[in-house]
Amino acid sequence: MITLSTVDLSLAAGLVLAMAALSWRMQLGLSGQLLIAGTRTVVQLLLIGLVLKALFANVDLLWVTGISLVMLLAAGREVMARQQRRFTGWWGFGMGTGAMFISSFAITVLALTTMVATDPWYDPQYAVPLLGMLLGNTMSGIALALDRLTTTAWQQRAIIEQRLMLGATRLDAIAEIRREAMRSGMMPIINSMAAAGLVSLPGMMTGQILAGSPPLEAVKYQILIMFLISAGTGFGVTAALWLASKRLFDDRHRLRLDKLTGPRN
Amino acid sequence: MVELEEAHMSALNVIDLRTHGRGPYSLSIAPGECVSLRGDSGSGKSLLLRAITDLDPHDGQVLLDDISRTQFTAPQWRKQVALLPAESQWWQDEVGAHFSAEACPWLEPLGFGAETMHWQVSRLSSGEKQRLALARILMNKPRILLLDEPTASLDNDNVLAVEKLIEKYRCDTAAAVLWVSHDAQQAARVGDRHLQLTTDGIREYTP
Repeated sequence: MITLSTVDLSLAAGLVLAMAALSWRMQLGLSGQLLIAGTRTVVQLLLIGLVLKALFANVDLLWVTGISLVMLLAAGREVMARQQRRFTGWWGFGMGTGAMFISSFAITVLALTTMVATDPWYDPQYAVPLLGMLLGNTMSGIALALDRLTTTAWQQRAIIEQRLMLGATRLDAIAEIRREAMRSGMMPIINSMAAAGLVSLPGMMTGQILAGSPPLEAVKYQILIMFLISAGTGFGVTAALWLASKRLFDDRHRLRLDKLTGPRN
Repeated sequence: MVELEEAHMSALNVIDLRTHGRGPYSLSIAPGECVSLRGDSGSGKSLLLRAITDLDPHDGQVLLDDISRTQFTAPQWRKQVALLPAESQWWQDEVGAHFSAEACPWLEPLGFGAETMHWQVSRLSSGEKQRLALARILMNKPRILLLDEPTASLDNDNVLAVEKLIEKYRCDTAAAVLWVSHDAQQAARVGDRHLQLTTDGIREYTP
């Protein structure tokens, strides 16, 4: 593998600086954001690099669990931040986080103990990247699906209530909206599985090839990851939508939009 | 003794109902009786009807044929104690998709035919929607009809057709009707008794 020197990275940074200068000249108002985001990339990735280095040096279940929880909480916060109207109180955070915990953690542990079969099973070199990829994708799916569910329920509250008035159960009254939300949560991973290899070379596989793995080994890993992601996203979105559509109603099948916060600007 | 008990029996009994900071409201309607309800706009007529059909959280008791609301599941309750809202909602393309497969006997008296089931919802007038919403809710064979301005967007002939149909339904099934109307003449025409709603209670009046 060819290691990158500081000069190599500085050259790449120079490209970003050039783009920022161009944006400043054209008065696009992007240069500030671009520079801040670029700086964040450097700092955050260097930090996580150091963390991973320390983690790999001391293989310890406690440390792996710790960083997994930090990742989960960050993903949970991100899901919450992407909601136009989120659930009030603890639910706003807990719903997405709980659904991600159930699906991502279960699937990661399953993959580590059976498919990848590392020794020990929590070997951070495999556990942390795997969990990271699963969490990242499940997070996007759940955020999309929950946002779709709550905003559509808000827009169509008159229709939902009309169906309740006619004697529909809460599940029937929101069935179509839930189906739509499920679809929008699953679409990204279905699309990327369908386009994999034709339109795009998936990032993980590209990384492994760059690092010197034989292409077919990298492909096998990519297939495994994509299957894990689609299952993880599917279970996670299902769990989140189940919790959320129950939470939108009370036990007397009344639509309770007062459990949602107002729109975010 | 038996007669006395029957006289006491009410189809709908609302006791000390409070909703959205209003009330307490109490009222009772006998089987086959039609009661009109009036009140200034903003006095909470629609909120009262929503609470009776159990769409909004509320305090107090509501009984159907002397059986407490809590003995029913919410969907069962709403089929029996049916609310016809002032503005109906339609979520499928065709009218018929909102009805069950069994033939609807209420189309003809409301001026529709079997072909109406294939009409596009997007092309219905507000009056047609209002009459079809009545036909739709009657398909649940409710014991109680809570009507929120059911003839507000209808012309004279259709107002009379709706009034006639509801009276026939009431006589055939001994259903009880609570009818919100702005129109004093209509209230006098359809109501056996008349109620006035204020933010803190209900009182009976004679027109």
